[in-house]
Amino acid sequence: MSIAWNDYQAGEFYDELISSPGNARKPAQKLLSYLKSLSEQEVDARRLAAEATIREMGVSFTVYTEEGNIDRAWPFDIIPRVIAKNQWQQTDAGLKQRLKALNMFIDDLYHEQKIIKDGIIPEFVLKQSSNYRAECEGISPAFGVWAHICGTDLVRHTDGKFYVLEDNLRVPSGVSYMLENRSIMKRVMPEVFEKVDIAPVGDYPSRLFDTLTALSPRAIEKPVVVVLTPGIYNSAYFEHAFLAQQMGAELVEGSDLVVQDDCVYTKTIAGLERVDVIYRRIDDLFLDPECFHRDSVLGVAGLMRAWRAGNVALANAPGAGVADDKVIYAFVPEVIKYYLDESPLLPNVETYLCYDDKQRQHVLANLDKLVVKPANESGGYGMLIGPHSTKKEREHFAALIQANPRNYIAQPTLALSTAPTLVGRNVAEPRHLDLRPFVLQGKDSYVTTGGLTRVAMKKGSLVVNSSQGGGSKDTWIVDTEGGAN
Amino acid sequence: MLSKVAERVYWTARYLERIESTARLITIYDKLLFDLPRSVSLSWYNLISINSLQSDFDERFSVRDERNVVKFMLGDSNNPCSVVSSLAAIRENVRTTRDVVLQETWELTNELNLYVQENLQQGINRSKRYEFLDTIIKGCQQIHGLLYGNMPHDAAWWFLRLGRNLERADMTTRNLDAGAAAVLEVIEDDTYVRQIIWGTVLRSLNAEQGYRRTVRGPVSGSMVANYLLLDANLPRSIEHCFISILDSCEKLPQSQPLVEQLKHSYDKLSLHFDGETNGAALRAYLNELQIYLAKVHTDIRELWFPKYS
Repeated sequence: MSIAWNDYQAGEFYDELISSPGNARKPAQKLLSYLKSLSEQEVDARRLAAEATIREMGVSFTVYTEEGNIDRAWPFDIIPRVIAKNQWQQTDAGLKQRLKALNMFIDDLYHEQKIIKDGIIPEFVLKQSSNYRAECEGISPAFGVWAHICGTDLVRHTDGKFYVLEDNLRVPSGVSYMLENRSIMKRVMPEVFEKVDIAPVGDYPSRLFDTLTALSPRAIEKPVVVVLTPGIYNSAYFEHAFLAQQMGAELVEGSDLVVQDDCVYTKTIAGLERVDVIYRRIDDLFLDPECFHRDSVLGVAGLMRAWRAGNVALANAPGAGVADDKVIYAFVPEVIKYYLDESPLLPNVETYLCYDDKQRQHVLANLDKLVVKPANESGGYGMLIGPHSTKKEREHFAALIQANPRNYIAQPTLALSTAPTLVGRNVAEPRHLDLRPFVLQGKDSYVTTGGLTRVAMKKGSLVVNSSQGGGSKDTWIVDTEGGAN
Repeated sequence: MLSKVAERVYWTARYLERIESTARLITIYDKLLFDLPRSVSLSWYNLISINSLQSDFDERFSVRDERNVVKFMLGDSNNPCSVVSSLAAIRENVRTTRDVVLQETWELTNELNLYVQENLQQGINRSKRYEFLDTIIKGCQQIHGLLYGNMPHDAAWWFLRLGRNLERADMTTRNLDAGAAAVLEVIEDDTYVRQIIWGTVLRSLNAEQGYRRTVRGPVSGSMVANYLLLDANLPRSIEHCFISILDSCEKLPQSQPLVEQLKHSYDKLSLHFDGETNGAALRAYLNELQIYLAKVHTDIRELWFPKYS
């Protein structure tokens, strides 16, 4: 017996693959008939092959626990998530539009602040943003771009549309897992790639490399690009090493770099070598002990001086995280209209701002229905998911909101879409998921084909973060119209 | 190339070589001890002495028997030279230098590591030990083969070659010394036992076949020492390792003074071996060689690796 597809029920949620019991949505039809053709043993063999492949490929992420850091095998589900190509093209355009506007916005904030003067965004929102860096005022990075790499979280609602849940403009991670998921998939289900017209994802590293080299302050043929990692204890170290390898860039830690006369150098076997572009995977505050946290050993003393002097490019630029603030997020539709004079192609999730008296009253009265998020956290930490919360937790959050209303926003609990996920031997059940495409902007802009699909492995859970038990799936953009298929 | 990366790549090669030679040594001993008359007191503990691990071993075990020695050399994570420790070090080094070594190195390292983790008990028990060790040796050779066949000859390559040859030279001196020490312990004038001992030294270094073809004579102490020290064609001979070390250094930046100094001191040292040297004099010479190799390592470290304050 293979998986009992006729018993699969997604209920009230939008399911990515199944439209009604036993029937697939159009882009997933070939996939489903392939899956139906597999026996129980064949499904299991593929699941085990994926697990073995992950261990051999050494795809892992680090979890911080009280007993120390544990390197865990990357959690992966062999049933892919499928999106139609024509829908993806609109999403692609929406993501580029959004990042373009966000970069104009960040650039404005560090220069004239027209958007505040024109009364679109209240000044105190900016003044109280923990990610605004006064140290960056007046600086003009190449192409006016501050956030070169953005990992936008999208969710699909019951209406089948994608909504933007978060813009991650600081040091978004996950793209290596998107690439590795595809390699794993090709190894364990090669047959299906012959049958379905799946768009490739592999050009991301070279697009990233092009984006980075275009930022070089020196007009030389081969600018030196390095990936700056906090080191092996960081949860995304795997990704840092992976991207460095894929780009042919040097992977460095703060101790491998030194600043002299406002230029950055690496310590090499032949002495010091000048660095042009740093893809930094360290938070702003740890970048430079001269400028931010004085006791940071992860960063490089003098790095900010070198950047301000225009002798090195930093991606993302320090201060780009100001637009990551979840209060700012609520204004993004206005930001797009203000700078581009266009309507947003991708909608936001409805957001209540707790600093506003009226909206705060509404939030406090409906805590059991809403999701409350701190304005500047990432990784799914410090949130309240109303419908899944206890009375005590709600009281705790009510107190937090009242003490610091500017620091909280609330959103309706989303009906995140689901996809069939293997939860036991030969059993597929719906699990909620989101999607993180990666957007590049520099001289040109680029969006990954699909992105990283993260799955909440627990039944009914909406938490997809791998640090909190989430899993992942390969994401297919499938052409259902043209071509030989 | 980053100084830190150079250091890690160098150590990756050293550890890889160490694992292969440890696995080979245990395989050979397994066979050798069956051949020796009971009067000869060659014991498993020799493996510990060869690697200068006496104090580490004695701290952990009171009985110097086969089981404890094999356990210590294969699976003891407190022994920095054990197979599991060396593999853990390789994995950490490859993980942090993935940008300069071939992508498949990482996968092969993981595979070898997983195999050892899952089958360690097989290696400690005697019945399936050969198969276990043989798989490890093949795993190491697979990684070497991958690198030799595919890696561009850039700085990372020269550091790999440097590490590998330094570790090999060190292992050759240790094996020769173990043979010389064992022969000195043979009281009767027993040619048969001596031949077994020197034959073991050759096999441990995978040099038996080459010896027969090159020397075309019986296995004797002075001939074996000559062959392992001076034959430029044998990959594990001191001469060959030394030439490879010099050559690798020459390919790396800022190396001219180092190369000249290494040549000079090696030539001076070589005068102490005249082809007839044996017994205690041979052991003294091997000791000088080891001191020299330790110095080569220090010089390399000071020239290219990061300065830790």
